[in-house]
Amino acid sequence: MLVVALRMLFGDATKCLGLVFGVALSTLLLCQQVSIFFGLLSRAASVIDDAPEADIWVMDPAVKTIEVPYPLRDTVLQRVRGVEGVAWAVPFFKASTQVRTRRGTLDNAIMIGVDDVSLVGVPDRFLLGTLDDLTLPDAIAINPAGFRLLFPGEELDVGRELELNDRRARIVAIVDASPAFSANLTIYTRYSLATRYTNNGRNTLSFVLAKAADPSTIAAVADRIAAEMGLKAVERATFRRETIGYILATTGIPASFGTVVLLGVLIGIAIVGLTFNQFVMENIRQYAALKAIGVRNGWLLAMTLTQAAFVATVGYGIGLAAAAGFFATAGQSDALRGFRLLPEVAVGVALLAGVIVLLATTVSLRRVFFVDPATVFRG
Amino acid sequence: MDDLPTNTPPGAIAVRCVGVQKSFAAGETTVRVLRGTDFTARAGEMTFLVGPSGCGKTTLISIIGAILSADAGSVEVLGFDVRRARGGRLADFRLANLGFIFQQFNLLPALSAAENASLPLVAAGRSTRFGERAAAALLARLGLEQHLHKMPAQLSGGQQQRVAIARVLVHAPRLVICDEPTASLDAESGHTVMELLREVALAPDRAVIIVTHDTRIFEFADVIHHMSDGRIERIEGKSIAPSEAHA
Ligand SMILES: Nc1ncnc2c1ncn2[C@@H]1O[C@H](COP(=O)(O)OP(=O)(O)OP(=O)(O)O)[C@@H](O)[C@H]1O
Ligand SMILES: [Mg+2]
Repeated sequence: MLVVALRMLFGDATKCLGLVFGVALSTLLLCQQVSIFFGLLSRAASVIDDAPEADIWVMDPAVKTIEVPYPLRDTVLQRVRGVEGVAWAVPFFKASTQVRTRRGTLDNAIMIGVDDVSLVGVPDRFLLGTLDDLTLPDAIAINPAGFRLLFPGEELDVGRELELNDRRARIVAIVDASPAFSANLTIYTRYSLATRYTNNGRNTLSFVLAKAADPSTIAAVADRIAAEMGLKAVERATFRRETIGYILATTGIPASFGTVVLLGVLIGIAIVGLTFNQFVMENIRQYAALKAIGVRNGWLLAMTLTQAAFVATVGYGIGLAAAAGFFATAGQSDALRGFRLLPEVAVGVALLAGVIVLLATTVSLRRVFFVDPATVFRG
Repeated sequence: MDDLPTNTPPGAIAVRCVGVQKSFAAGETTVRVLRGTDFTARAGEMTFLVGPSGCGKTTLISIIGAILSADAGSVEVLGFDVRRARGGRLADFRLANLGFIFQQFNLLPALSAAENASLPLVAAGRSTRFGERAAAALLARLGLEQHLHKMPAQLSGGQQQRVAIARVLVHAPRLVICDEPTASLDAESGHTVMELLREVALAPDRAVIIVTHDTRIFEFADVIHHMSDGRIERIEGKSIAPSEAHA
């Protein structure tokens, strides 16, 4: 009888396609939007992710996100180094700045200044040049997307010079930084240079990055730094969570993505529900005839669920493949780089697709259940 | 052994309805369709039920066919007290014992003739292969051996009705109930269908009830029950004992 159910479904190619299309569309929309949502969120924490050596981030107690640092006193660095259980501590400078592109337009850039000696905080993914090149005079490293922004249509290259705040800066390396949330261009340089490249000139310490001597004591060391210095000191994962939480709380991103997700579900339910309902309506006499023959409701339920399962599975598969295709191709562009189809999202959307199809078939199922077999005798 | 019957001797009473009442709610009022209807059908006979439109024929056979419940009276079909059972048990009873033929053939458009005809067997849990082999044999007897794998849309009305007959007979039900089986057919196809029904559906231990307006097929009847306004008014036919006419 289950084969009969599928044959009934295939027998109406238009509706079968419509049903599968509805689920596929919802799946694509949900997978794509939810993955981009999580991609965007992790972009917000890209600078934190690119400094995995640091166990502890030390900052002004008022700071809630890496996007908005507040300057610390210079003396903080030495004092953190003196706290018991700290293996090392380095200065970390982060600021937003503007750069003039070759076309003459201004663009936003993230300026990151790392410890002059250890260079901790530069991701170890060099496409051109090396980490040591950053010790050269006026040396900066930039990310490939930033290079293409500054020099559109040109091959990645080192040796070019830029003016940053009327100072000469020489690109000595191209480093594959994680895509950031607030700018396409990320500039890495030594701490001493970074303060000069940005307009304030003063020695402004954004964060102190610290390593615990014993990995099992990270939390305790962070607490000790905070207590002894009256500053905020948190583990890397905590700061990452806070930064993402800040985006969630202060931007319209969750609301707008939430709306899209809701729409995706509703569109799916609408398309699948209406199409399936029409399908059942057109076959209602057949269902009544099956009932008259003596097919029990349990079988009709199983038949309907088989049809629903088929639609859900095939539609989901197509939608998932389309989403994967989207990220495989569009994901190569600078704007969408780093966005990928997350397995958790794929699983979550699979459940949603199931819910969509179940909700959409429930109404029709009622029709099948309550159709009066006596209707088969009426004209 | 009190419910699911196994055997009906030839000439035995297959259907006995006594004092059946049925009303339908129509808005505020209720329409009394059956007002204490008595009706009998015997194994080995084709029993016709005729009468003006709206007199309650379809209602009565729906009750006999256990797809509609009566408000009052007794309904005994193949020794089974239809009014005492409900839901799944009624479905099982229909699946095992009854066959329906409708004016609209109600074939599944996505299934071939053979697949359609095999449905009652498949629904009863037999394998598709078994079902289709049995269906093919019946379809051949009904003159459709060339059309086993055609879809209903590729068949004429008469051919579709023959598939519907095959679907009914494939599991050898002991009571076949037909509502206007020839109404959608031209005279010749109607005649063929009736001949085949007589030939294939009727057996000494099987009863056939046919509701019809179609006077052209009255010749196939063994007994004709004339119904009017929810009651059987007159019975004509070969085997009527006077005592039964007003049972
Ligand atoms: N489900 C229902 N709800 C309300 N009224 C109904 C219902 N089924 C039948 N009726 C009414 O019951 C009456 C008898 O209907 P029925 O279908 O039994 O007549 P019939 O003798 O089969 O007529 P026809 O020859 O036109 O098929 C009609 O007046 C009809 O409108
Ligand atoms: Mg009728």
